[in-house]
Amino acid sequence: MGEFEPRIVAFFCNWCTYTAADLAGTSRLSYPHNIKIIRVMCSGMVDPKFVLKAFLNGADGVLVGGCWPGDCHYINGNLKARRRVALITEVLKQYGIGEERFWLRWIAASEGNMLKEIADDMTAKLKQLGPSPQRNMGQMAV
Amino acid sequence: MPKFAKLPFKKDELNKNLSGFFKGMLENGAVNAVLVPMAQAKKGVRLTLVTSAANTAQVDPFAPIAAVSGAKIASSLTSRPSRRKVAMVLRSCEIRAVIELVKLKQVNLDNVLLIGMDCLGRYENTDFAKFQEQGGTSESFLENALAGKTSMPDFDIAGACKICEFPMADNVDMRLCAIGAGNGSVFIEAVSAKGEEALEKSGLKIGETPAGRGEAVKKLVAVRTEARDRKFAEYRAETNSFEALGDKLAACVNCYNCRVACPVCYCNECVFLTDTFRHTGEQFMMWADQGGLLKMPNDTLFYHLTRMTHMSLFCVGCGQCTSACPNDIDLMPLFRTCADKTQARFNYQAGRAVDEEQPMAGFKSDELVEVTGQVK
Repeated sequence: MGEFEPRIVAFFCNWCTYTAADLAGTSRLSYPHNIKIIRVMCSGMVDPKFVLKAFLNGADGVLVGGCWPGDCHYINGNLKARRRVALITEVLKQYGIGEERFWLRWIAASEGNMLKEIADDMTAKLKQLGPSPQRNMGQMAV
Repeated sequence: MPKFAKLPFKKDELNKNLSGFFKGMLENGAVNAVLVPMAQAKKGVRLTLVTSAANTAQVDPFAPIAAVSGAKIASSLTSRPSRRKVAMVLRSCEIRAVIELVKLKQVNLDNVLLIGMDCLGRYENTDFAKFQEQGGTSESFLENALAGKTSMPDFDIAGACKICEFPMADNVDMRLCAIGAGNGSVFIEAVSAKGEEALEKSGLKIGETPAGRGEAVKKLVAVRTEARDRKFAEYRAETNSFEALGDKLAACVNCYNCRVACPVCYCNECVFLTDTFRHTGEQFMMWADQGGLLKMPNDTLFYHLTRMTHMSLFCVGCGQCTSACPNDIDLMPLFRTCADKTQARFNYQAGRAVDEEQPMAGFKSDELVEVTGQVK
């Protein structure tokens, strides 16, 4: 068996973080394939259900990427996302999904480098942490 | 300064005297209607909307039952208000839920006189029927419960009530006080200006204050808080993973009764009943393919976790979810332990104050920096 490869579901906002991923690509920066990107219009539209469903279906990590405070295309969607992430974190923490598995990060459209760094960092940390306890339960209990 | 009126009663006359109080309020125009627990024709006690002073005889405010949360009734009566003044006699958990519903614009307190009754607990609906069959009355319940004994031969008050640290209601206009009132009397307390006016109009004389009340309430709160913390620790140890949570919910059949009974589950239409969750056969097959099988009905854990993210910030710990479960799942500690953490994160307490903003209703630019840990 090879090394454990974490599966990270990433919700990236269209205007900043997704554009940063695009920039990382055009700049020929390589980031780990563990990050599976889902483009959303704003980090503020990441419904708690998206995050819960990802973890229940065995994701090892969830990364939400949004614009820096003050830069949101919709003015303050990212600030709403921050409160919501804090709430979801509190729920998940009680059932064995710690905050080390659920990240919110601000990554601006120009920060292709930072996107790579964060993707590297999260992948490395989750490799150390090991698979999500939910991973092998499949659809039995969800 | 709170004002008290003493209401002494002879044996078996507590409800008669209380009925006189409500009758007085209706007759003197303090209110036009009263929503109050009342003995029903055959058996049981239900919240009843009384608009005629001639019909107060059967009131039974201290009956240890809350068949449905009064907060939901308050919402029915005031979300599209009648413009008539109504007094609502509710217990602490119901009033705290009302406060949350006010913030959600689902209760309107403009023409409401809130009367909080001291609550020493309630029996489950089926247990209350047994309680009545065994000759139990509100008077016998109060007497025993105030002495620390709520258990009957084969049942006790609801689990939620045993760990409820709010026996006395806050944010009210008046209170019906039994704790620390001494045997053979209850007190009616006017808390707000609105309450004082109503108490005056009711015709009762303002007089002595119940001397031991403050201490008695404190003592009871301490006992309940200790029981709560014990229950939380015990329950948290048993539900520290999705798998353990799944075990607790093993009997769940996705009927969503807990959501229906919950006074603070605020959505008019639950997302789990919308087309979002009306999947195609092909979709179910695809999910089953992922691991080779799929438990049906599916999304049980998903439903309960989603509910936690929706209502745990407003959870008042009333235990109606447990009462409503047809498969006897004890949901109350599940939601209360979760709510305890989510409310603490935002320094919020459901039902504490009507002018306290609900955490998901706002945001600040310079808060919760620890979530991302990034500084520009």
